[in-house]
Amino acid sequence: MTFIPKPKVRHPSLPRNALGLTRRDYEGVLSTLCAGCGHDSITAALTEAIWGLSLEPQNIAKLSGIGCSSKTTAYFVGGAHGFNSVHGRMPAIAMGANAANRKLSYIGVSGDGDTLSIGLGQFCHAIRRNLNMLYVIENNGVYGLTKGQFSASADVGTKAKKGEQNQQPPIDPVLLAMSLGASFVARSFSGDKQQLVPLIQAGLSHRGFALIDVLSPCVTFNDHEGSTKSYAYTREHYEPVVNADFVPFEREIVADYAAGESLPVMMHDGSRVLLRKFAHDYDPTDRVAASAFIQERQKQGEYLTGLLYIDESQPEFHDVNGTPDEPLNSLPFAALSPGSQGLRKILSRYR
Amino acid sequence: MPAVTAQDRVNDFVIKIATVNGTGSASANALLMKAIFRSGVPVMGKNYFPSNIQGLPTWYEIRVTRDAHTARSGRIDLMVAMNAETYGKDMREVDSGGYLLYDSTWPRPALFAREDITVLGVPLARLCNEHFKGVRTRILMKNICYAGVLAALLDIDLERMRELLAETYAKKPQLVDSNMQAVQLGYDYARQHFNCPLPLRVAPLDRTAGHMLIDGNTAAGLGAMFAGATVGAWYPITPSTSVMDAYKSFCDKWRVDPATGRRNFAFIQAEDELAAIGMVLGASWNGARAFTATSGPGISLMNEFLGLAYYAEIPAVVFDVQRVGPSTGMPTRTQQCDLMLCAYASHGDTKHVCLYPANPQECFYFAVAAFDLAERLQTPIMVLSDLDIGMNDWMCPELEWDDSYQPDRGKVLPLEEIVKLEKFYRYLDKDDDGIPYRTLPGVHPKAAYFTRGSGHTQYGAYTEDSAEYQIVVDRLLRKFGTAKSLVPKPVIAMADKRTDVAIVAAGSSDGAVREALTVLAGMGIAVNYLRVRAFPFNEEVERFLAEHRVVFVVEQNRDAQLRSLLTLETQVEKARLRSLLHYSGLPISSSFIIEGVLTEVAPRPLRSVGPVHASATPAE
Repeated sequence: MTFIPKPKVRHPSLPRNALGLTRRDYEGVLSTLCAGCGHDSITAALTEAIWGLSLEPQNIAKLSGIGCSSKTTAYFVGGAHGFNSVHGRMPAIAMGANAANRKLSYIGVSGDGDTLSIGLGQFCHAIRRNLNMLYVIENNGVYGLTKGQFSASADVGTKAKKGEQNQQPPIDPVLLAMSLGASFVARSFSGDKQQLVPLIQAGLSHRGFALIDVLSPCVTFNDHEGSTKSYAYTREHYEPVVNADFVPFEREIVADYAAGESLPVMMHDGSRVLLRKFAHDYDPTDRVAASAFIQERQKQGEYLTGLLYIDESQPEFHDVNGTPDEPLNSLPFAALSPGSQGLRKILSRYR
Repeated sequence: MPAVTAQDRVNDFVIKIATVNGTGSASANALLMKAIFRSGVPVMGKNYFPSNIQGLPTWYEIRVTRDAHTARSGRIDLMVAMNAETYGKDMREVDSGGYLLYDSTWPRPALFAREDITVLGVPLARLCNEHFKGVRTRILMKNICYAGVLAALLDIDLERMRELLAETYAKKPQLVDSNMQAVQLGYDYARQHFNCPLPLRVAPLDRTAGHMLIDGNTAAGLGAMFAGATVGAWYPITPSTSVMDAYKSFCDKWRVDPATGRRNFAFIQAEDELAAIGMVLGASWNGARAFTATSGPGISLMNEFLGLAYYAEIPAVVFDVQRVGPSTGMPTRTQQCDLMLCAYASHGDTKHVCLYPANPQECFYFAVAAFDLAERLQTPIMVLSDLDIGMNDWMCPELEWDDSYQPDRGKVLPLEEIVKLEKFYRYLDKDDDGIPYRTLPGVHPKAAYFTRGSGHTQYGAYTEDSAEYQIVVDRLLRKFGTAKSLVPKPVIAMADKRTDVAIVAAGSSDGAVREALTVLAGMGIAVNYLRVRAFPFNEEVERFLAEHRVVFVVEQNRDAQLRSLLTLETQVEKARLRSLLHYSGLPISSSFIIEGVLTEVAPRPLRSVGPVHASATPAE
C-alpha cells in the first residue's frame, strides 16, 4: 500500500473562504480506512471547520499517535505539517512543538486506545498544563488495527463481535477531563456534522486545551447488535445538551435567543461561541454542577453531547511559563547567548 | 609504589572526610577545597554520597595535588572520622603513616587499634556546645569547626576562609561571623594541642591561575544556554537534575527580557522521561534547539522515541549523566555503563551519535557541539558524562566563548528556497552525504510533509515496499558514516619512547589514565594513549588500534562496553584488546590502572590473560 494522491479536479463554482481557498485546498491524501468508518466523517468535519475558519494551511500542525484514528491526520489539510508519532505519546510532541512556536494551531487526533490506555498519563498532563491545542478523540471502544480487542472506553456489558462481554468499567474521557480541570470539554458523534463542525471551530478558537470526545463507530469491529458504540446505539442514546454556534469575530451576532437557554462566550481571538442549551438547568460554566448532571444522565443510559464545559479564563502553558509572544524558534541567536563578556561574568563565581 | 617521605607530602596528599548526610558538611568541605584552590594549589574533590536526604553516611575526598591530577590516587593520608557509624571502617582505610582526626568529646580508646597511624582527637561537639546555642546550629558548626582544625593542621590560610565565607554569605553577614568563630575554635584548639602544621600541608603555589572549580552538570547547563537552546524538558533523576537546574538558573538571569519580563526559554518538567524526550522532539521538529538531561533509567524509557527520532530524522540533544546500574542500581555512584545502551538505543536497526566528555570543560564545549551536530545530522545526539564529572567540582581551565560563533542549523530550507521548488520531498539525498533537507511548520504549504515512524519512501510517503524501505535505511547508514567526519576527534598522547602498547579510554577515566601514564613512564614503561571522544569512531581511532599490539581498554563498567563497541565498529582484532574494568561505583583511580598494566606488561614479559576486574576498592 502506498500513498494515494487525490485527483485534483476543481469546480470553478466551489465556494471560497476569506483566503480565497476552497474546501478542496484543505483536503489531504485519500483515506485508507474501512468504508463507512466514523473517522472519515470526523476528517470531513475537520476539513469543513478549518476551511470555515480560513486558517492558513501552513499555520496548522497536525499531530497524532498510533492507531486508525492517528492515521487520519494525513487525510486533511495537506498543506500543513503532520507528525504521526508513537503510541500514546502525541501530547508530548504537541507540548514541545507548542513550546517552540506558540503561533500555530495544533490539532491532535487520537483514539480511545491511544488516549485512555497507553497514553492516559500524557493525556492527563496535557490537560494539567492547559496546553493550547485541539484534542480530538475518535472514540470507538475497540482496537481496530489489531482486530477488535476492547479498549478502555468500552462500556460494562458491551459485546465484542465474537460475543465476549466487557466486565471492566470504562474510562470516560469527558468526566476525567472535567475532574482534571480541563478548560474546554465537548462530546459529539461522528454522524452529527451539524454539531461537530462548530464544536471544532470553537475548540480551535479556545485558548488552552480543547477536548472533543467524538463517538465514532467502528464499522468492522464494533457496529453490531449488543455493542454500545454502534451507529444504532449511539443515535438512540446520545443527546445534545448544549450545542455551540460558532460566530467568527468579524460577524455580528444577530441571532436572538431565549434568555436562560443561550449563553454567549467570548473567545480569546474575538470570536464568539453561542451556547444553545437543550436542558434548562444545565450550566456549562459550572464544573461541579455540569459533572454531576452528566453523571446523573449517564446513570440513566443517556450520553450528553455538545460543549459540556468551557472556561476561557484559565492560564495556558505559555502564561505560566512567561514566554514572549514571538515564537521561541524565531528568536535571534543574539537574544539567547550571553557572549564572551557574559561568560566571564558568570564564571567569576567559580574561581 | 615507591615510599614517600614527609618532604614529598607538601601539596601532595589526600584527605577523606566521613560525615553524616544532611549535617551541612558539604559547606565545610567546599570551604576547605576552595581555600586550597585559592592558595594556588591544585585540588580534586570527590563526593561519595548516599541516595538519602538525611542520616546515611557520606564521604568527601579532597586530593591536594601540586601536579594537578584530576583522579583519585587510591590512597588516604588523613581521615576526618566524624561519623561514629563508619568509624572502624574509616580508620582501616588510612594508609600507613597517615592521620585520623576524630571528635574526642566521646573518647574511644578501644577503637585505637592501629599503631601505624596518628590519631588526633578534638572535642568538636563539646567546643561547639559550649560556644553555640540551638541543636541545628551546633551540628552545623561542628562541621565548620573541623574545617578550622584542618586549617591549622594543613596550614591553610584563615584569611582565605574568611574571604570565601564572606562571598557565600554576602547577604547574611551575621553568618560570616558565626562561621568564622567556629573555624577559629577548631583552629586554636589544634594549635594548642598538636604540632601544627603536619608534614602533610598546603604551601601556596601559583598553579590555579586561569582555572576554575566547576562541576560538569553546571557546565553542561551553561553550554545549553550558550548554544541557544530554548526548550528544556526533563523528569528529575539523580545525577542529572542539576544540568536542568543550572540551565534554568542561568536562563533566569540571562534570558529574561528586561523590558517585558518575558522568558526567552521554555522550561518543562515532564510527567516522565517518555514525555520529556517527546517534548524535545516536538520542539526540535518545530525548529527550536531543545534538550533533555537524564540518567540510565531515563534512557531506558526514552528508547522508543529515540528510535522514532533516528528514523524520522529529528534533531535532539540528550545528556546522559551515567550512574551505577542495572535497574535502580546505585543512583549516587558513578559508572560508564550506558555506552552500549545509548549507541544502539531502541528496537530495529538504530545507531546513535554519542559524545564522551572527560571533564566539565568538555561538558560545556560538547553541549554546544551536540546542538550543532543534532541539527546538522538531523538525529539525536547523546552526551554521555557520568556522576563523577557531573556532580563533582573539577579544576579546569576557564571556559572560553568565541563571539563569532553562529549555530549550525543544518539543512533547513528557508522560504525563498521553498517557493522555488516544484514539490518538496523530505528524505532525498540531494548532496550525497546521507543528509536530507527538512522544512519547518509555519513557513509555506508547499513545505508540508508528514513525519512518521512507519515505513516511508525517500519522498516522505508511507510505504511497505521493500525496495523503497531499503533506500531510506541504507541512506541512514551513509549519514552515520558522514557523522564520523563531523564528531570530535580522539585525543592522542604518544609516549616519549616507541612502544606497541597502548591504553584506550573514554570520558572520566581520562585523569586516572594520564596520571598512570606518567607513573608508568617513570618506571620505564612506555604506553601510548588514545581517548575516544565520540561514537561513531573516526578514522584516527581505527588507525591507532591497528598500530598497537596490545591495547588496554580502560573503562568503568563490568561488561567492557567500550571494548565491545570497538570490536563491533572497527576492524581491530578482538584478542589485542585487554580490558581494565573498574565498576565499584567510585571514580577510577590511577593506582588501579597502574596495577592493571603492570600485571601484564612488566616486569614479566607479556602473557595472555583474561580481563582484569576491579576487586572492591580500598575505599569500600
